[in-house]
Amino acid sequence: MSQQTENKKGQVETTGHVWDGDLREYNNPLPRWWLWAFYVTIVFSVVYWILYPAWPYGDSYTKGISTVEYTVEGEDGQEKTVSEPWNTRALFTRDMQSSPSALAQQEWVGKVKDMSFEAIEQDPDTLQFAMSVGHVTFGDYCAACHGAGGQGKVGAYPNLADNAWLYGNSYETIVNKIHNGIQGMMPAQNVPEDTIDDLSKYVLSLSGNAEVSGEAASRGKQAFASCAGCHGANGKGNEALGAPNLTDAIWGVADVPGCGDDVGCKVDEINYVVNNGIQRQMPGFGDRLSETQIRMLAIYVRQLGGN
Amino acid sequence: MANNDDLSYNAEPLYAAREPIHPKAIHGRFRRFKNIVLLVAYGFFFLLPWIRWDRGVGPDQAVMFDIPSRRYYLFDLVIHPQDMFLLAGFLILAAWLLFFVTGLVGRAFCGYFCFQTLWTDLFMKVEALVQGDRNKRLRLEKQPWNVEKLTKKGLTVAIWTVIAFWTGFTFTSYWADAPQLFVDFFTGDAVKAAYITTGILTATTLIFAGFAREQVCIYMCPYARFQSVMFDKETLVVSYDAKRGEGEAGRAPLKQGLKTLEERHAQGVGDCIDCNLCVQVCPTGIDIRDGLQLECISCGLCIDACDEIMTKRGWPTGLIRYASELELETGEKPNLLKFRTIGYGLATFAATVLLLYGIFARAPADVSVQQVRQPLFTVMASGEIQNNYNVKINNKLQEELDFRLAVEGLPDAKVSVVGDFEGLSVPADSSRKFLVHVRARPESGVERKDLEFVLTEEDGRIEPLEHDATFVFR
Repeated sequence: MSQQTENKKGQVETTGHVWDGDLREYNNPLPRWWLWAFYVTIVFSVVYWILYPAWPYGDSYTKGISTVEYTVEGEDGQEKTVSEPWNTRALFTRDMQSSPSALAQQEWVGKVKDMSFEAIEQDPDTLQFAMSVGHVTFGDYCAACHGAGGQGKVGAYPNLADNAWLYGNSYETIVNKIHNGIQGMMPAQNVPEDTIDDLSKYVLSLSGNAEVSGEAASRGKQAFASCAGCHGANGKGNEALGAPNLTDAIWGVADVPGCGDDVGCKVDEINYVVNNGIQRQMPGFGDRLSETQIRMLAIYVRQLGGN
Repeated sequence: MANNDDLSYNAEPLYAAREPIHPKAIHGRFRRFKNIVLLVAYGFFFLLPWIRWDRGVGPDQAVMFDIPSRRYYLFDLVIHPQDMFLLAGFLILAAWLLFFVTGLVGRAFCGYFCFQTLWTDLFMKVEALVQGDRNKRLRLEKQPWNVEKLTKKGLTVAIWTVIAFWTGFTFTSYWADAPQLFVDFFTGDAVKAAYITTGILTATTLIFAGFAREQVCIYMCPYARFQSVMFDKETLVVSYDAKRGEGEAGRAPLKQGLKTLEERHAQGVGDCIDCNLCVQVCPTGIDIRDGLQLECISCGLCIDACDEIMTKRGWPTGLIRYASELELETGEKPNLLKFRTIGYGLATFAATVLLLYGIFARAPADVSVQQVRQPLFTVMASGEIQNNYNVKINNKLQEELDFRLAVEGLPDAKVSVVGDFEGLSVPADSSRKFLVHVRARPESGVERKDLEFVLTEEDGRIEPLEHDATFVFR
């Protein structure tokens, strides 16, 4: 307060403290409730220590008596409730199971589970939900190889953002492949030294990447006969085997576009693949992801590049 | 040693109990104004949540702050999270208005509009109704705790608690559907936050307005402290005209030989008859005759009290009045059109105009187009280049909007929306995100081209939405 408290004689009160012989401190009493508010904070802290984790001792700490309950799946497959002393990890688990936003999410997950892929595509909101969850799941499980946006890596991991599908793009196939994984393999070919360049040039010509004619072309075409078993006589590939279409603009293993206009470089790229074959493996995710997660992942992946 | 006479040490405690203040009821201009403000403010506060409002989508409550769905409903105005600058604008306006008013007429907010003042005022009225006016209350205070005191004090606190609860509940009902909340609250079905909010506000209202009162203004309120920097010598404050009241020989009670102004002036005695009524009516328990004080909330009740006495004596009123420090010193009327008031006034006006413009110029819908950056472009089987774009359309209207998407800047591009939607429909008051593929033939030597996404509403209900983007070839 602005005025010094005066006692009855009109004198100013001091606290009685004296410094340097003549410095005194005026006494402006605090309101008593303020003191009580201070005591209340002390009581509060004691209550807090009893309820929540507080004091360290040894290599442990007081756990407090408040608890957090959440459900886990037991070994027998039955859900059971677990009660733990209050901690933020248990809180997080509980919120992921029963908070309003978790329940709202579960409702959407239920929709994705029950609806057909065609129906989901027709419903903008469910599609948006599936794409969002799919995107996050992709980031967690797939992006390590296929890249954050599914762009893959030439020579190693297939590009999922384009519209070429080694095994076809039906939802059933995509779900199956995510669930079970894929063994991608092309055996190394034993092509004679004098024909391999012609073969590669012929392969390049299928997609307009090189021009061959006359004898070279017929030698190449002849050598291609051993490739046709998988890639087809016209080089269009075979989805059942995962043999790529060689007539389109996409190069998944041989980095032909990286060569620019250098035909020799392109030929070398193809030669390498023909001589060494391809050995690729994608693990199955059926034991790590739920069926609904895989469904959402399939929707996301299929829509990345369009048709 | 210094002279000790004026500094005494006696074992007074460092803590002092609050002296209960029992203001006397008074009538007058300022009391009437305070009553009107009380009625109007309470009318708004307590009734607003119960007004129903018909809107296409959303709750049928006129004023509702819907946190879970992130919408503030104010009659026909729906405020979305991206309109939050309006809230900032409103706060800026409130601040400037406060500075303006404080610079002009002092702590008018404290005295007439602050909720602490309003609720304290109401609680004091309850107190007066149950326990009687000042003298009866003082007597009751001194009584031992007998049946009468217990009954009266108990009844007062009971009524306070009901008011405090209804205050807390009303506040909570701004955040939920009021009638539904009312039912849920008493059947135990309301959300935990509703009980916590109501509980805290019931407790604080009861404690602050019933028991702490002026202590809140003196010890807790930061506004009371920082207002003094907005005062100057020309600010109107509730003040005691000491020159007139004290004269040369000081104030003196009415007694033989000092009954008329002439007699008093002849002896140099001032006009103040020391009746103490101004002290008795003061809700913060100060003596305004000591001059401008931190505790004064500028409620004007002492003006009413003094005017009443002066009128009874037939003397001119205004011994206590709104006057500036300068006026009391020199008798000059304050110049209200000073730089500070004009400046604050202009700022208030500008903030109001900008806020209104912000409200009326809000776009009914907006779109954002973000290119998917990883990968920036993809070669398709046909050799075409594809870029992907996340198109998010936000519809703030109360009706569904249907858009047609056109991409300008690449004449031969193929545009497809994931899900193969023909039109992009966005339901009322919500937003949707679409993934759009744009496919174009590579052009030699061209690395990128500028695009424009144009969304035309089918029925022309709103202007077409436009957004720039870039197409990357390589």
